[in-house]
Parts: sequence; C-alpha cells; structure tokens
Amino acid sequence: MFDEDNKKSNLKKYFHKNGRALGSMGYFLLLMIVFLIGAPEVWIRPNLHQSVFVMMPTLLFMVIPLVFLVASGEIDLSFASTYGLSAYVFALIVSAGIDPILGLFAGVFTGAIVGAAVGALIVFGKLSSLVASLGVLFLIRGFLFVSTNSRSITLLEIDSHWMYPILVGKIYGFPVQVIWAVLFVVFSYFLFNRHVFGIHIHHVGDNEVSASQMGINVKEIKIKAFMFVGVGAAISGIFSTLITYTFFPTQGFGYLLLALAAVFIGGTPYWGGLGTIAGAVFGVGVIAYMEIGVVAVGMSGTWRQFFNGLIILLALLGHRLHGDRVR
Amino acid sequence: MEKIIELKSVTKKFDGVTALRNVSFSVNKGEVVGLIGDNGAGKSTLIKTLVGVHNPDDGSIEIHGKLVANWNALKARQAGIETVFQDKALCPQQSIVWNIFMGKELSYPFGFIRQREQIEVANKLIREIGFTSKLIDAESPVGNLSGGERQGVAIARALYNEAELIVLDEPTNNLSLNETQKVFDFIYNVKKSGRSVLFIGHNIYHVYDISDRFVILDRGEVIHMLSKEKVHTADDLMKIMRETIKGH
Ligand SMILES: Nc1ncnc2c1ncn2[C@@H]1O[C@H](COP(=O)(O)OP(=O)(O)OP(=O)(O)O)[C@@H](O)[C@H]1O
Ligand SMILES: [Mg+2]
Repeated sequence: MFDEDNKKSNLKKYFHKNGRALGSMGYFLLLMIVFLIGAPEVWIRPNLHQSVFVMMPTLLFMVIPLVFLVASGEIDLSFASTYGLSAYVFALIVSAGIDPILGLFAGVFTGAIVGAAVGALIVFGKLSSLVASLGVLFLIRGFLFVSTNSRSITLLEIDSHWMYPILVGKIYGFPVQVIWAVLFVVFSYFLFNRHVFGIHIHHVGDNEVSASQMGINVKEIKIKAFMFVGVGAAISGIFSTLITYTFFPTQGFGYLLLALAAVFIGGTPYWGGLGTIAGAVFGVGVIAYMEIGVVAVGMSGTWRQFFNGLIILLALLGHRLHGDRVR
Repeated sequence: MEKIIELKSVTKKFDGVTALRNVSFSVNKGEVVGLIGDNGAGKSTLIKTLVGVHNPDDGSIEIHGKLVANWNALKARQAGIETVFQDKALCPQQSIVWNIFMGKELSYPFGFIRQREQIEVANKLIREIGFTSKLIDAESPVGNLSGGERQGVAIARALYNEAELIVLDEPTNNLSLNETQKVFDFIYNVKKSGRSVLFIGHNIYHVYDISDRFVILDRGEVIHMLSKEKVHTADDLMKIMRETIKGH
C-alpha cells in the first residue's frame, strides 16, 4: 500500500520534472502520426527521412546553445548572422590555400568572439538582449554583403581534405554529422543539468539577484552563454558550407526564426530559469519534418510557414499546461 | 579579542540617498552581535556591504585584520561568511538541493557536480530543519514551499557551509513561534561551537536574548554600540531604541 503510493508519487514526480520535454516529444509523435495518416506513401520513402537527418544537425548546433541562453534569461538573434560570418571566415581561409583545419578553428573562434562581444554589449552596456542582438544581426549581415559584394565563394576541392569525411562524410549513406550532433546533444545535456556552468545558468535565469548574492558571477555566466551560442552557430555554419561546398552571403538568415521556434516548441519557456535539452531535440525534429514534410507530401511550399505558425501556437498552448512561472 | 571582519568608516550611497554614513563596525570571534534600527535605517545595506554584495563608496574592509581589495560576495563566502538575506536569496524554480548548494556546488574536477551526494546532504538537512510534509524532498522546487519552509532552506544553506560568521537578516520574519525557536536554537548552537553570528531583528526582546553586543543604527549612522553588561534588561534596550526614534 505504502509502496504503491510511493511508486505513484515517483511517477508523478517524473512527469512533473520532465513534463516539458515529454510534451514536446508528444508534439513530435503527433506530427509523425498526422503525416503517416495523411501521406503514408511519402512517409515510408527513406529519402524524406534522410533529408531530415541532414537538416537536423545544422539546427541542433544552433538550437541547443540557445536553450542555455534562454534559460539564463537572455535571447539572441545575432546567431543567424554569426553563422554566416564564421562560414565566411572559413571560406576565405580555405580559398586562400591555407589548411582547412585552421579555417575551422578560425571560424569557431570568430563565433566565440562575436558571442562574447554581443554578451559584453548586453551585460556591461545594460542593453536589451532582443534589441541589441537584432542590431548585431543586421550589422554582421550588412558587413557580409559589403565585403563579399554579394557574391558567394565555392570550395570545390574541400572534400579531398582528410577532415571532410570525418566531419560531414557518409557511412553507408548515413551522414556523419548526425553522430557529431548526437555527441553535442549528449555533452550539452550533462553540461546543462550536471555541470556547475549549467546550474549557474538556471540560477541566473531564475533570480539574478539571488544568484549574485550567493557569489555567482552573473555577468560572466551570461557572456559565456552568448559565447556558446556563437560557437554553436559557427559550427553549424561551417558544416553547412562543407556540405554544400559554398559560402553565400545570405547563409543562415533563413534559420533565424526556425531555430528560435525549435527552442520554444521544445518546451523551454521564455522567462528564464528553466530549459530542456531533450525537449529542444524534439523541437528541432518538429521543425525539420515540417520544413521538409509539407513539401514532400505534395503541398505547395507556400503552406509551410502557415503550418509552422500553427504548430508553434499549438505547442505553446500545450506547454501552458505546465503552469506559469513560480516565484 | 580577535576581529573576524571590520568595516572602517564605510559610506554607501544609492543615487542621492546616503544609506550608510561613515560606519565603523566589527564582529569578533565567537560573539553574537544584534543589529537593530528602524525600517530603512540601513541594516540590510550594512550587512550587504559586509558580505560583498554592495561596494562601499568610501571606507575600507578588513578580514582578520587584513585589508581586502575588490571585496565581493564570492570572496566573502570563501572567507567563511554565510548569509541569510532578508529576501532569502532563493531561486524558486530550482530544486531545494540546487538552492542549498547555490554558488558552492560539490563537484568533480572539470566542474561536473556530485548530484547524488548533494541530494543526500540536502535530504538530511531538510529532516534536520524539520520539514514535515512527506511530499517534500530535496528535488522539489523551492517555489512549492511555504514562507517558513523557504526560510528553512535559506538557513539550512548557511548551516551546511560551516561558516565562521553567519549573518542573519530578519530570519524570523513570517515564522511561527515553533519555527522561531528553532532558529534561536540554531544560533545558540553556532555560538557554542565558537563561531560568530550577526543577527538583525525587529523584535527587541529576541535580539536582547541572543546577543552579546548590540549595535543601533539610525538613518545610516551607528549611534550606539553596547555590550550586554551595560544593558541590564531587554526593557532597557527598548528604552534606548525608543529614545533614538523619538529624536527624529
Ligand atoms: N538597492 C538599493 N537602491 C536604492 N536604494 C536603496 C537600495 N537598498 C537600500 N536602499 C535605501 O537605503 C536605505 C536603507 O535601506 P535598508 O534596506 O538597508 O534598510 P533596513 O534597515 O534594512 O530596513 P528594513 O528594516 O525595512 O529591512 C533606504 O532608504 C532604502 O530605500
Ligand atoms: Mg532590511
């Protein structure tokens, strides 16, 4: 009797603790079922899922760090341009005949620097992260247009370098970057839930004053979170340049809203102090299948945004079941 | 007598308002200091300056007789000073265990935390401070707790960290009689173990009972420092307090 009660309350606790992640898993499964019923013949075609698998890593490298940042109580829009800038740095170095490994490091370093700069601007300049990062988004994008003269850079021979198959090659048709993305997600999960950095992110986003009174360096934590977003966007941008053999000046712009949507569909609330890595993975799944699925089932691409909007709203309504912010 | 911490001629202003004016103040080893004063007298500002949350605009801070530079909350905790802030300094969406270890997590090298160990400690502390509800455990969010229980978490945190000096800013606010008694027992225990306490309270009788020394703050200035030998009863202390307020 007592044991049974205990079991029940343990189960309840599990749902309570993981409700947001489970919720977004629910939306993902629901979307699968709708597609399966709506267009089964498309659904069993493996190339649809393959395209999704190519798209998901790109999104994951951007979305997972955004979960950290949103949980810390901030937001960033500039990542969509950092994505392009890092790819540009990478492309410049490679096309100058320098070892692509150096290009990779320089690109990722660029992402970290931009993240640190945006973070410092917000933390020390006391600017709103939404508005300030919007400024940086346009600033960097503008710089890319000006300095490239709106022309793209093609890196035809890049796949002959030894790192190419390691980063974005295929094993029996399976894209290797998926493995990197999985490792990234697992690492981030522990960083978020079992590492001092992730825990401080939670505290800072929950109650900044309490956190600083207990000796946590709030500014440092926030800047690090912005840097993580910059690094994630950089990895994502460089990977996509590797996959497509091209850098183009508008690169990444289209991911701005999709990545943010994935964070919120994933169940991370906008107010800070909470976040879920597992949920974000399902959020990315939902977005990726929407992007590719709507067209694959024969609907015109013009419907895509409509359905994206619908999903976001339904997801937010659903996540409301987990309640308001407790104070 | 050995001074644990000392403020020397500290002034603290908040855009225009002088919250502390030329305040000199110290806590000795093993003593309980009662800090009293009217609402807005600057008590919380004083202890926040002491524990590194506020930077003084003027004056200096010494720890064990040594001048400290760039004093901050982290350094204060590393120096063995734990604080129960008036606002409790909790994160309501986070679990009790994460709140107890906030800023002082138990971790492995590279910063991954010892979650299981932390939970064990937190569950033990919860039992010690006497949470009754069976539904509450170390992993429950603090937001689910009552005001008294939250105060309990804040005190448990200070208790766990084996501090040399424990600062309590109105810790018995919104506590029941029973809970208030627990806080006093806790203070006596700390004192018995040779550690120091700085206690802020509005109830003069409570402050009188537990303190060895009284510091009266009025509009940002220390106007009395009295050892218990000089104040024979709580009513005497009350009289002194009344006179300061009348002076306004
Ligand atoms: N962060 C702040 N910004 C601006 N003014 C402040 C700040 N903190 C305190 N003050 C002001 O400084 C003065 C002293 O406040 P303080 O909180 O130290 O008083 P207190 O003695 O703790 O009062 P109470 O008993 O009500 O807690 C008040 O006039 C208050 O308005
Ligand atoms: Mg106060």
